[in-house]
Parts: sequence; structure tokens; C-alpha cells
Amino acid sequence: MSERAHTDAQQAAGAQTPDQPFTPREMMAIAAGRFVSNGDILFAGTGVALLAAGCAKRIHAPGAVVFVETGGIDPSLDEIPLAVADSRVMDGTCINAGIIEAFSYIASPRLHTIAFLGAAQIDRYGNLNSTCIGDYDHPTVRFSGSGGASDAASLASAFIVFMQHGRRKFVERLDYLTSPGWLEGGESRHNAGFRRGGPLAVVTDLCVLKFDETTHEMYLAERYPGVSDAHVVANTGFALDTSRAVDAVPPTPDELRILRDEVDPQRLILG
Amino acid sequence: MTAASDIDGKLTTLGDAVERFAHDGAVVALGGFTINRNPMAFVYEMARRRVRGLHLVAHSNGQGLDTLVGAGCVSRIEVAYGGNGRFAPTCVRFRRAVERGEVAVEDYSNYHMALRFLAGALNVPFIPTKSGLHTDLVARQGFSAAYRAAHGLPDKKLIVMPDPFDDGGRADGALDEGGRADEASDRRGPGGDVVLLPALTPDLTVLHAQTVGDDGTVRIKGLTFADLEQAKASKAVVVTCEEIVPAATLRADPDQNALPPFLVDAVVCVPHGAHPTACRFFYDYDPGFLNSYARAARDDQAWATFLDEWVYSVADHDEYLAKIGAEQLARIKADPVRGYAIGLDRR
Repeated sequence: MSERAHTDAQQAAGAQTPDQPFTPREMMAIAAGRFVSNGDILFAGTGVALLAAGCAKRIHAPGAVVFVETGGIDPSLDEIPLAVADSRVMDGTCINAGIIEAFSYIASPRLHTIAFLGAAQIDRYGNLNSTCIGDYDHPTVRFSGSGGASDAASLASAFIVFMQHGRRKFVERLDYLTSPGWLEGGESRHNAGFRRGGPLAVVTDLCVLKFDETTHEMYLAERYPGVSDAHVVANTGFALDTSRAVDAVPPTPDELRILRDEVDPQRLILG
Repeated sequence: MTAASDIDGKLTTLGDAVERFAHDGAVVALGGFTINRNPMAFVYEMARRRVRGLHLVAHSNGQGLDTLVGAGCVSRIEVAYGGNGRFAPTCVRFRRAVERGEVAVEDYSNYHMALRFLAGALNVPFIPTKSGLHTDLVARQGFSAAYRAAHGLPDKKLIVMPDPFDDGGRADGALDEGGRADEASDRRGPGGDVVLLPALTPDLTVLHAQTVGDDGTVRIKGLTFADLEQAKASKAVVVTCEEIVPAATLRADPDQNALPPFLVDAVVCVPHGAHPTACRFFYDYDPGFLNSYARAARDDQAWATFLDEWVYSVADHDEYLAKIGAEQLARIKADPVRGYAIGLDRR
């Protein structure tokens, strides 16, 4: 599932530029981690999602709980897992459950669950494609498929998307709708039968995007240091409202130190 | 390891288990998930014996699925995820085979597939969920109507319907004069639509477990994924394992056990039988092997050479392990407390 987030971010990792003392991937992890609050239950795949969760838990949300779709609840994460079935997601947990139990937690009306997801394509309403490019019956490119992403997008209280910014990824029309966002916007998600959830934000290598409360259309919320609104618009395949954009707070020295020294010291995901 | 007594006559060899249970065209479910506890020794034996036409029903069987597809054993797949974590965001032979139209594929989600196994285990024809509404997982069939008819598959992938218990938003749940809820039941009511998923009852489930009793009792350590639902839904179950112990040993602590003996048709003791995937408390995944697998898989010629070297030209799993080498197996040996190889170089 959000193991895809890792690929996207992998390309985005790049090197730090002379004027920015951090890489785009570090900014992504820290920006996404800031959405996490104490008490949240975080449904994470691997890749940047785990970095974001690791930062949040060590900095401002020690009471947040990470759980993995395979059923490992609150693992120690002493070492970074490289897949959601890595034995490292089973270590130091409060319980090792199965897939069905994991999704019963994510759907639980008692819990505030936030899922981190990646995808190959996203549209203006935050619907995701992680299945294929081209016609589904004769795809030009086949991806992994939903995994647990469609389930998490359907059932969690909210979800956050990691994407590399580009016109081929931010598209007018998805080639395949794998995971439901705000569907056609407005009330359409509710009308389809969902009773909660929907995308909260999209965190890219350039910026943070959010969704209008009424139309549920994506808008530019925060641009990273050194990124212009025009650059974001030029890399987005649909019209984007930039009127509400503010400057993102750069990573603090503390955030960077914790991310680099404690969360991923081997730079297995940071690259 | 304790000498196995085989009190129920279930102990056998990989070759015998494949011959008896993995028939051409069988509907097969593999245990494990991406890079963990895939029944790889059994997978290799199926490839070696040139099993053909398999119909895989899979949530996220990364390495096992990709090896079987790459060896030409598979005709169609119902699948949630064909990836292998950082080692292959999309499994390479799976990707090639789908893009070339060499396998038919129909997509579901992980929860969908796990629920379908549960429905099979419960012996009910379908199971409802709210997951996937309004997506192409629901809207698009992977197997065409003609393909379904030709292969005896059910007409429909799944069905979406309004919650039959939904009273249309009326708090008292009153029925109309005809005894029915309002026909024009507002889909914005409390229930809304649900997805009905068809049950799965595979011909065969193959699992790799840490420990099996000599009566067939199965103990799995760590996450069980959908292994238990798959086993309970299947017409036959083969379990490969790291060790076989006397049944009494497992009965001394039954809270740790996962499956009763009467569900298990055959047991094969294959140490390192999940390699190159991990088996908690026994060994980690093998990063070097997984990386070279992914590299070879990207090129048809290199892949053919890889298959020949690691599958066809080795007689059995012992010879395969000898090729991997004691040194590498020592590197991936799991810490007995943490369950994985601490500090393993995983680049």
C-alpha cells in the first residue's frame, strides 16, 4: 500500500540545495508529522509515512500510536521496517493482530484514525490511483494495486497523501480510481455511502495542499522555502487556487536532528 | 530439533505435497505477506515441477506471487497488492506479466481479500463492507464476461446495494403498508450503500509456520496476516515449517497455537523454507537475495538465468540453501528476543 509513497519520495529525495539545509524528503516527513496530534491512531505503511510518524511521536505527539495494516499495533520501531510485513513491525507491539483486526481498528467509530497513503496519480478531489496507467484492461504501466490503501481511504477518520509533485501525477482525470478521496467533491463522498473520512492534506516535495471545506477541491496551503506558487501551479495538471497559500515553517534544528539521528540514522528512507 | 513421530501420518516431502495438492489449474492461496513468511520452498517446488495454470487468490503475497508468475505457473490472479516493500514497489515479473497480458488480473483491496477468505471460512456466500465504494475496484471487472463464462467463474465480481437494514432515515424504522421500507430509501440515510464481496474457497492454502506438532497442530509467531482465514476457507491445507515438535509440547501452551490438526492435510519440515522472506524468531529477509532477484527480474534474459540457477538447476531446498551459504544464513539469523536480525545491512 503506502509502500508506494516510498518510491515517489525516493525520486523526490534529491540532495539538499546550497540555500536549503534540508532535503525535500526531510521537509515532507516533518511537514506531515506536524498534522499528528496526541491520541491519534496512525495507520502507516513504510517509507516517508514512518518518518513522519517517528518525528511526531518523538517531538510533539508522544501519545500518538502507530499501527500497520498487517496488524502490528504500536511497534517499537527501533529499526525502520522496509515493508509492512517486516518482522520489525511485530516487535515491542501491544498486540500482533491479523489483517481483519487491523481494519476493524481503522474503521472503529471510537478512534480517530489517520492514514498515510501514497499513489501514482491524484486528482483535484484527492482520489488516488495506485493500480495502473492507461486502460485497466491493457495497461501501459501496472503498479502494485490497492493493498490496504483503498480500505484506509474508505474507513479512516482522515488521510494524508504523500506525492512527488508533477503534472503526470497531479492529473485532471485518474486512469483508475483505487482509493476514494472526496470523489466528485461537495457531498458526493457522503452520498456514495461513506460516513466519515476523506483526504485532509497532500504533502509533496514542493508544498502542502489542503481541500476546501465546501467544494472539497484541492488548494495550495503552504509553499516550502524557495518554492514559488507559479512553480507549484506549473507542476499541477489541474487548476489550483493559490490565494490562501502561506509560507511553510522550515524544519527546526531540533526536528532535523531527531529525524536524522533518531528516526532514520542509516538513512534507509531519507536516502 | 526433536525427531518427528508423525502420529497422524501427515508428514511428507515437498515433492509429494506438490504432486498431491498443487494440481494444474488449482485455485491457490499462499500464506505470508510481501517479504514475510511466504512458503517459498513450496513455491520453488511448484515451479520446478512445472505446475501450470494456477489461479492465485492473494492479498499481498509479494515474493511468492512474483516467483510463481515469473516461472509461468500462473494464469490468473485475484489480487490486492503485487509489491515487495522497498525491494520492489511493484513486483517486477508480476508487472511485466500484466502489461503483456500473460496473466488475467482482477483487483481487490487487502481488506476485501481477507474478508472474502473469512466468508469462505464461515461458509457464507458473501460478506458486506463499506470499503471501496465508488472506486474502480468496484466499478471495473478485471475478468471479462466472456472470460468468466469460459472459465466457470461467477458472473459478477461483486455487488453494491443499499444497506438492507436502512430504514431510510426514519428513527422509528416503521415499514410502509406493504411491509417494506420506503422504496425511495434515501441513500444519504444512516446506512447508505454497502459492497457485497463473494466468498473465496481455494482448492489449496499453503502456509509457512515456525512450528508444527507431529499431529499437525500449527503455531505461528508474529503477525498471522490472513493465513488463518485462508486455511479455514480452503479445501486442502499444506503447512511447511521450521521445526516439528511432539504434539504434547504445543499442548503445554495452547494459547500460542493457531490452527487445529484436523484442518491440516500435510506437513513438510523445511528449515529456512520461507527464504528469501523472513520468518520471525528464525531469520530475517535476505536483502542481498531480494535485491539481486529484483535486478534479474527486470531483464527477460537475466531472469531466465536466475530461475535456472536458483530454481530449476537445484534439486531441492537443501541444495538451494547450500548455494545461499552458511555465512549468509548466519547474517540473517534472527535475534531470539527481537525476532529479526539486529543491525543487518539492509541497503
